[in-house]
Amino acid sequence: MRPFTYVRAETLPGALDSARTDNTMFLAGGTELLNWARIGIETPSRLVDIGRLPELHEITPTEDGGLRIGALARLNDVAQDARVETAYPVFSQAILKAASAQLRNLATIGGNPVQRVRCPYFRSNGPVACNKRVPGSGCAALHGANSERFAIFGWTEDCVAVQPSDPAVALACLDAEIITEHGDGGRRIPATEFHTLPDVDPAAHNVLRPGELITGIELGAPAPRSAYVKVRERQSYEYALVSAAAAVEVTDGVISRARVALGSVALRPWRLYDAEAALVGLTPGSPEVRDAVTSGFSAARPLSSNAYKIPLARNTALRALELALEA
Amino acid sequence: MSGTYGITRQDGPAKVTGAATYAADYNAEGQLYAVLVGSSVTAGRVTGYDTAEAEAEPGVVHVLTGLPTVHEAFAGLPSPPLATRFLPMQNDEIHYWGQPVAMVLADSLEAAEGAATRVRVSYDRQPFVNPDTALAVTPSPDSGYGMLDAHEFRKGDAAGALAGSPVRASGTYTQPSRHGNPMEPSAILAEWHDGRLTVHDSVQHVYAVRDTLAAVFGLASDKVRVINPHTGGGFGTKAFIWPHEILASQAAKAVDRPVKLVLTRQDMYSIVGYQPLMEHRVELGANESGELQAIVHEVDNVTALTDDYVEFGSAPSKALYDVPNISTSQRVRRGNVNLSSFMRSPIDGPGTWALGSAMDELAHTLSVDPLTLRLTNYAEVSPADGTPWSSKKLREAYEEGARRFGWWDRPKGGTRDGHWLIGCGMADCTQGQFRFTSNARVRLRADGSVKVEAGYTDIGAGSTTIFPQIAAQTLGLDIRSVQGVSGDSELPYAGPTYGSGTTIAMGTAVHLAAGDVLRRLADVMSWPAEEVRADDGALTWRDHRRPYADILRAARLDEVIGDGAMVLPNGASADAGAPGMSTRTFGAMFIEVGVDPDLGLLRLRRATGVYSVGAVVNERTARSQMIGGLVWGWGMAAMEASHFEPNLGRWLSQDLAGVPLPVNADIPPHIDMSFVDEFDPHVGPLGAKGVGELSATGIAAAVANAVFDATGRRVRDLPITPEKLLDPRM
Repeated sequence: MRPFTYVRAETLPGALDSARTDNTMFLAGGTELLNWARIGIETPSRLVDIGRLPELHEITPTEDGGLRIGALARLNDVAQDARVETAYPVFSQAILKAASAQLRNLATIGGNPVQRVRCPYFRSNGPVACNKRVPGSGCAALHGANSERFAIFGWTEDCVAVQPSDPAVALACLDAEIITEHGDGGRRIPATEFHTLPDVDPAAHNVLRPGELITGIELGAPAPRSAYVKVRERQSYEYALVSAAAAVEVTDGVISRARVALGSVALRPWRLYDAEAALVGLTPGSPEVRDAVTSGFSAARPLSSNAYKIPLARNTALRALELALEA
Repeated sequence: MSGTYGITRQDGPAKVTGAATYAADYNAEGQLYAVLVGSSVTAGRVTGYDTAEAEAEPGVVHVLTGLPTVHEAFAGLPSPPLATRFLPMQNDEIHYWGQPVAMVLADSLEAAEGAATRVRVSYDRQPFVNPDTALAVTPSPDSGYGMLDAHEFRKGDAAGALAGSPVRASGTYTQPSRHGNPMEPSAILAEWHDGRLTVHDSVQHVYAVRDTLAAVFGLASDKVRVINPHTGGGFGTKAFIWPHEILASQAAKAVDRPVKLVLTRQDMYSIVGYQPLMEHRVELGANESGELQAIVHEVDNVTALTDDYVEFGSAPSKALYDVPNISTSQRVRRGNVNLSSFMRSPIDGPGTWALGSAMDELAHTLSVDPLTLRLTNYAEVSPADGTPWSSKKLREAYEEGARRFGWWDRPKGGTRDGHWLIGCGMADCTQGQFRFTSNARVRLRADGSVKVEAGYTDIGAGSTTIFPQIAAQTLGLDIRSVQGVSGDSELPYAGPTYGSGTTIAMGTAVHLAAGDVLRRLADVMSWPAEEVRADDGALTWRDHRRPYADILRAARLDEVIGDGAMVLPNGASADAGAPGMSTRTFGAMFIEVGVDPDLGLLRLRRATGVYSVGAVVNERTARSQMIGGLVWGWGMAAMEASHFEPNLGRWLSQDLAGVPLPVNADIPPHIDMSFVDEFDPHVGPLGAKGVGELSATGIAAAVANAVFDATGRRVRDLPITPEKLLDPRM
């Protein structure tokens, strides 16, 4: 760990201005940054603590019936907000399954989607070929121990890791938008496009530019029939082998809209758009539902030792749909 | 003994309030912080160092790239308890990734950590041998670990009996390497004063550290003092003396300043031991009545190129069932990896996984209940050599366990609850026993307080509670008036805290020392020692009764000191129980699991364990041990694995993120642990045996057997992860 300077931002413009300096990182909940520094993933020379910016903690209704969640809202505060629990159960459940209670009390909803991959090669304490650690060095996981938390969608030979955030999977399912600010102006980024796939840039994790700060997340129309399923060896405090977020609408006894996103299968939450289309018009619980979901897996490609994750992901998506339909 | 459930942990308040001091909590004036630099190659040689940049860092005092040659006495040390004869930083050889090649010493931990990343080491990299796939060979006859049991055992003609058995079951059962990961990593503070070495060290036996360090420097043992008031978990990783303890002591001498070395979690994966990857090949033969005719149990385990650690997983096949023909063998797979070692529960933990699974397969083949199969083959004497058990009440444990669990009434072949398939399984638990010589001193003060003094360590199992309790019971006092003083090599010699050997050894010594106090009080009173009794703080003889305080005051004594010792036959320092008998603990584990076959999930629903362990000294701490062992065994069964990465030549994950351990949410409230009423008259005057290691035996087999009951799927490869439970069809 190397020495760094620490500044506490009092205002949002001040924070953005501070971030114009090279090798500067924002500090919010701080649950990830310390890991990065100790392992040597990042050696920031300057930290800008945004934890006390007053305007970013709120959860407020939007004009079109959705919710805007300030980036500094703590995970537990979001998950247990009554509006989130009733209108977006998939999001609440994903957050509650995301970490230990202690971490959820500290970590922020804006920081959570920018956590980096949990690939053991990326997190190695010794030098290992990893394009996300040292661009151009290769991917030791491609032919390594890649059975568990590795990709079955969208991977390239340059990176086979998976995006680990649970809330991000729910946000992708809900077509949420991530709102950012930057010294040069902010933008709205669809949650489905926030994380970067390796065919675009294997070294990148997401589309944020240096100095760009997530200030909030916007959820659209409520999705009360939604659910999140997380599969892992142990019951709690573990990243997903596979997870699935599902949101459904049923009209006149048939599925009129379905959205399904998978977690821990790709470097971004993976929407099953083909399956979603195939589900429309089906009767909940009918055998065709299984075929429709399975049709979403035509692009799945296993690595050397994770072929089982394809049926596992299909089953997980089915289970999330089942729970969403019961909700 | 009864009523001991109310005696709670004496060290509990200090530990939960943070008042308890561990090795790393100590500081010495002028101390330097040491950080190790590990080899980034798996095999080869160091060809050079560039330490200039590290040495230029502020706060850095020394960068050591080699250490002085150890004294010739080192070569004569027994191993174990010396963990490994290979000492890093003595020459340029590299045998495993992470092997220490340099040590940075700085005024602050931060400076040392920062500079350690700036030590440049160049290597001549050589091809390495992956231990997991190395050729299995017979252990070296020179291995101290290999001498602990027979590499090959033959009783009767197992091959012939197998061939003639009408019913057979066989399987290859595998388990991955697992690391102990105690909450407190190993840590040492080494200080030299006037040719004497004092270390604060987190260990399971202070005297072995003392004698080893004395040999390293060619000192008499009384020139080395080892202090260790609390150990934050051991699980075997702190049982023996690992290189960091020697390196830190050498460094402190070399730079003439105290040196503090706290291993990082990553260091714990290259400096201390772990339970090795094992492959068991088990074959069982029986007649149509289910009577076993033969057991064959062959075990291979991973070890280092530098030493042969032998994990005698075949032991329960010589100990559990009445079978006329037995054949076992033990081999090792040597590779470029740091040395494996004993880890909870050694020997019988792995062994009961394989044998307990094979017995379930045989029961299924025979179409008999697995518990019936056990009763059919109940061993009334030791199957290995026909000697009598010092005590055994496994039959009572079966009966009580089956009753408490509802074993005979369970729905066989599994039931369904929504998405969950529910199944039940059982297996035998057993553990061999160790007795160690031990001494204790008990001081009865004029104010009525009592001190128990002995250099034992409490690794979290409850030693600091049960030894004062034993003294209190022998002296007829409340435990609150008894204080235990432990964890210091200047106290009377105590045996090690491993192999479940503490209770027998120290318990006996404390009991006898307290009895010696009574004898001395009787002498003061001129009462016949063999006729006095202790009663509520007073000595009684016939109708006479004198409070201890009165006796001491009248005789103008500040204190009365009693000594006691656990002495073993023929002057041995350790044995496996009373000569001419076989000493073991036993138990029966019944488990119910749920499996969600669509998602590959395995969850524990309830467990019942009933154990035959001799007398139970403290019901609360003993029961806690059994619950802890169940959790430990659940980790072995359902999730734990450390992977040697075959391309990198190192442990892939060296942290708690990549190696899952059970969490609270994994353990349901229905964990029912109890003991049968028993007194083993042959191991010691308390009638007690050790329980800690027993607790994690039999669990993995019971889980795998329950999974089979639930799903019809036989998993022979631990851990039982979603991949192995999932229906792979799309």
